[in-house]
Amino acid sequence: MKFDKPAETNPIDNEKVVSQPTPRIEGPLKVTGTATYAYEQDKGLKNVAYGYIVGSAIAKGTIENIDISKAQRAPGVLNILTYKTIGSLGKAGRNNAHLLAGPNIEHYHQAMALVVAETFEQARSAANLIHVKYKRSHGQYSLVKNIDSSVRPERITGGPAYTSVGDFDGAFSNADVTLDQTYGTSGHAHAMMEPPASVAIWEDNKLTIYTSHQMINWALKDIATTLNMPIENIRVNSPFIGGGFGGKLFVRADAMFAALAARATKRPVKVTMTRPFMFNNMPHRAATIQRVRIGTDKAGKITAIGHENWSGDINAKKSEAGVRPTRMLYAGANRMTEARIANLNLAEANAMRAPGEAPGSMVLEVAMDEMAETLGMDPIDFRILNDTQVVGENPDKPFSQRRLKECLQRGAREFGWRDRPKTPGETREGDWLIGMGVAAAFRNAPVQNSAARVKLTRGGAVIVETDMTDIGTGSYTIIGQTAAEMLGVPLSQVTVRLGDSDSPVSAGSGGQWGAASSTSGVYAACLKLREKIAEVAGLDPKTADFVDASISDASNSYPLRDIAKEHGELTAEDTVEFGDLQKQFQVSSFGSHFIEVGVHVVTGEVRLRRMLAVAEAGRILNPTSARNQMIGAMTMGAGAALMEDLVVDEKVGFFVNHDLAGYEVPVHADIPQQQVIFLEDEDPKSSPVKAKGVGELGICGVGAAIANAVYNATGVRVRQYPITLDKLIHQLPDVV
Amino acid sequence: MRPFNYHRASSVKDALAIAGAKSNVKFIAGGTNLLDLMKLEIETPMHLVDIADTDLDEITTTSAGGLRIGALVSNTDLAANKTIRQHYQVLSRALLAGASGQLRNKATTGGNLLQRTRCPYFYDTNQACNKRVPGSGCSALEGFNRNHAILGTSDRCIATHPSDMAVAMRVLDAQVEVKAANGDTRMIAMENFHTLPGDTPHIENTLKAGEMITAVALPPPIDGVHVYQKIRDRASYAFALVSVAAIIPKSGTAQFAFGGLAHKPWRDKTAEKELLKGSKAFTDALLKTASTTEHNKFKVTLVERTVAAILAQAEEAKA
Amino acid sequence: MAKDNLPISRRGLLKLSTTGVVTTAIPVTGFAEPSETDSKPTEQVVKLTVNGDKKRLKLDTRTTLLDMLREHADLKGTKKGCDHGQCGACTVLVNGVRINSCLSLAVMHQGDDIQTIEGLGQPDNLHPMQEAFVKHDGFQCGYCTPGQICSAVAVIDEIEKGIPSHVTGDLTADIALSREEIRERMSGNICRCAAYPNIVDAIQEVGEGNA
Repeated sequence: MKFDKPAETNPIDNEKVVSQPTPRIEGPLKVTGTATYAYEQDKGLKNVAYGYIVGSAIAKGTIENIDISKAQRAPGVLNILTYKTIGSLGKAGRNNAHLLAGPNIEHYHQAMALVVAETFEQARSAANLIHVKYKRSHGQYSLVKNIDSSVRPERITGGPAYTSVGDFDGAFSNADVTLDQTYGTSGHAHAMMEPPASVAIWEDNKLTIYTSHQMINWALKDIATTLNMPIENIRVNSPFIGGGFGGKLFVRADAMFAALAARATKRPVKVTMTRPFMFNNMPHRAATIQRVRIGTDKAGKITAIGHENWSGDINAKKSEAGVRPTRMLYAGANRMTEARIANLNLAEANAMRAPGEAPGSMVLEVAMDEMAETLGMDPIDFRILNDTQVVGENPDKPFSQRRLKECLQRGAREFGWRDRPKTPGETREGDWLIGMGVAAAFRNAPVQNSAARVKLTRGGAVIVETDMTDIGTGSYTIIGQTAAEMLGVPLSQVTVRLGDSDSPVSAGSGGQWGAASSTSGVYAACLKLREKIAEVAGLDPKTADFVDASISDASNSYPLRDIAKEHGELTAEDTVEFGDLQKQFQVSSFGSHFIEVGVHVVTGEVRLRRMLAVAEAGRILNPTSARNQMIGAMTMGAGAALMEDLVVDEKVGFFVNHDLAGYEVPVHADIPQQQVIFLEDEDPKSSPVKAKGVGELGICGVGAAIANAVYNATGVRVRQYPITLDKLIHQLPDVV
Repeated sequence: MRPFNYHRASSVKDALAIAGAKSNVKFIAGGTNLLDLMKLEIETPMHLVDIADTDLDEITTTSAGGLRIGALVSNTDLAANKTIRQHYQVLSRALLAGASGQLRNKATTGGNLLQRTRCPYFYDTNQACNKRVPGSGCSALEGFNRNHAILGTSDRCIATHPSDMAVAMRVLDAQVEVKAANGDTRMIAMENFHTLPGDTPHIENTLKAGEMITAVALPPPIDGVHVYQKIRDRASYAFALVSVAAIIPKSGTAQFAFGGLAHKPWRDKTAEKELLKGSKAFTDALLKTASTTEHNKFKVTLVERTVAAILAQAEEAKA
Repeated sequence: MAKDNLPISRRGLLKLSTTGVVTTAIPVTGFAEPSETDSKPTEQVVKLTVNGDKKRLKLDTRTTLLDMLREHADLKGTKKGCDHGQCGACTVLVNGVRINSCLSLAVMHQGDDIQTIEGLGQPDNLHPMQEAFVKHDGFQCGYCTPGQICSAVAVIDEIEKGIPSHVTGDLTADIALSREEIRERMSGNICRCAAYPNIVDAIQEVGEGNA
């Protein structure tokens, strides 16, 4: 079906199943350890071999010699794959660096060899017997030192790298009140709990690969490109994925090596990455330096707003587009944004949860706080004064729906914002300085075409098949809810099969488009199935009702089970194709974050006390899993604000803290009470199911709200994330 | 992980005999650090002697009125022991501030003392590290050293000892009981157990080849306010940036030991004499030889402020 | 833009005085200890009980308890998140006590009684803690979940036994099943999806039901 005009009243509006808080339908599998993740897909297979990846020990240079003789003789070793034995591989456009090193080395821990052995222990041990002689060459590892050589890319995520409206320079220099500040955000690792893993099986010339991947169709295409083989001969399966956050959008060395090794050894081969290897091998969110300039009139109306962003990537490919929110979020006649990128010889920089918008709002929303203070305004009032119903840089383009003001006001009421400490550093409870901070949350809500197949089986059950993935987002459940709503059956009667490339191609999980897009695809397929059912039942599909597992009109009612029994299995498949509604309207999700922190007055340790988010994201398909998405993203944003930092050693050229002890992510003890309020709503311009993305909204702005709360607590403005105690301690009050 | 032979000793005597007959041997108890390092081939023993079946898992009272803690007593059991909780609170607090519940269940008293540094360059075998490969250089000196030592460092190594428990043991002036292959037992004061890096950062303690830690002896309880304050970025499950173990008696001078500052739990009894003049005099004396880097100089301020606050709070409590 | 406008506290990244000279053409072979021998793997028979079933397995001595379960006992419910004791996904109960199974060798568990997530309950016969995790949505991707649940079951037991934690106020008093206690005790189980408050809800509900 084409979706090119706003959705009208449709069966989803009944909300008998959809929008009801619903425990995950795959929950019983996950809590019993019976959900099968990629590395576990060798269950029942015979003769499985283990692969262990060897990574480069240097960041940039060439392999002069790679001696595998000792490793080859090691007990249990079946094969060793290197660039010398593999030959030439294709490079998928979605990979910034090559998956396989040799003889050139592009970054530290670039995959260089795979040892295949009878057991994991043997493969790991033999991997350490490979001796490599490198020729090291000069690399660039420092963003700061490469600012001058940075370039403006053609495009960044979501638009051009340079935008200009009106006369920014003139308006900024003539503004009554101005702010010009520079900030830094650190590099972040996705650090999903399940390391990338693959099990590959060859039968004749057909490859089946179980891998942990967010986008099945991208995986399919990119494996085909990498291995120079036809897509038809590949099947990718990924029913359960242990987290992704953007880190599993692109094919990695585990999949490439598993496939090649299985072909070479004629045995199923399983390969996973070790945790210490992941940080320098996989993509990461690039560190940024960002400059924000805001000019206002005396009353606080923004007259000029500018945002510049510098980041680095291998081959200067992917910019961490921190300027994104500034293009749209606030009104102002004169504006500019620019993203520049430096060529750094680190592991590739790429998308991580809310690319651009997450680090961008960590900065913009602190700048807004600073500006409000300069103006002597409440930061909420300042934001509301500059609120807009049309896109900031393009007044001709309205938002499909925007209730930012309500998010801020509702949050303020719930959180007790009125009672916040008015003067920074004035509130103390025992050893703790207490502060509150606020920020706006803003994340675009794009959509992607998405297909599904829906079956009514002979037994009257409903089966939904799509290559959509569930990376923890709750796809299984909302897809099941959608089908149940559309066909008028209880959720327990619906089986959902995800992640298989044999199923119709979905939007996949990324860009917070998964929920709205994939359920719309299921909606489309269900509409078709309703027509088929109505046809065989002899009812008019336009007027027939699907309730109580029956199809009925004013005079007749037939149980679906009876129809299926009589007419055999009925199947329908369809794709939702999104037209240009998103060109006419800017579809975005909005919210507000409220944070209360305590800062230890002696040590400067920052601890969260309360977190509240108010969100407006269209129809909430499942309040239970949507809330979980919000709190999870808020926690990830708290990590970015307070502890997460991929530290670059500029001599060696690598991320030094490359394990989960060195790269700290929040633990239970870091996360206090979290409250999430969804503004009840539907956005008919977003998608047939009237939902917008919510999975990445929660990370946007939360870091800034924390930074603003720390400032409110201490009076110390830290402009370089993460906000650790060493950046605060010298400005805290004397102890005695 | 290199292949090794696994031996399960039936007694301490048996363990020492097996170890004495082999080369490149490690005793294994909890294994929470040793196996971690073996997977990375930072530790590469050819023989593991498991001492789980020895009788070193008891806490008993000593004739001197203190406690003898068997080397196999787990961190959880030690922290939860009634006597420790009542009379050696600093030790209980230190243990509970360390690692996670799972790790504390497995980690042992002896093994905790033998933990190796968490320096990221030590943990990456592609990087130069004098502790791992003597003479290869120290990557941390000019690298990322935010959590490295500021006291007792050398130009070969600025690593810290990561234990919390050992810091409490140091402030308590505990003694480490070790047994040699010939059955001789000797006591090593905590002060002398761990070493400074000097020119030999790969040597971390004064155990001799073939010796095994059998127990840690605590002196009789020391009255006073017991404090263990661990300062870290993450609220739990993280190594200390700085930790402070303190015992502040009702009268007389306080005792302080520190984690996160040196290659060993740090205590400076000479500096403690300055406590009579106040917190600042103490920390000035304590830190006068501090050698900091750009990333870790905050530790000086952090120690000064934390000590001052601990002393001030103890004063308040007395008043 | 001038470099001195940059935030100055950037850890080490603003060391502009560094000369930037990198010597080229230096062969590097890494800094691992040279292997003294080509020692051969050794195997031993391990006998233990897993979820009530007696097992007898001949294993490379290097096999961890975690890999024994996942690769040799067909019990893949216990997860490998980091293999270095830094995440808790591999948590199992050994003789009733929770440990990280990645940091223990199978051969160290002769005669031990191991309980894994599969032993706690099955999809049609959930353990109360498993049920509470489903009810409170105490997970997203599910990968850390078996470890969280094994840990949670042990946490309630540890509190009942009076084992104190870092946040226990009075070390000599009874310990409450407070959210603060649960959070601290569960901190060895990382959930990157971060369903943390939901997990705490689940544990508190089960803990209070037991009390």
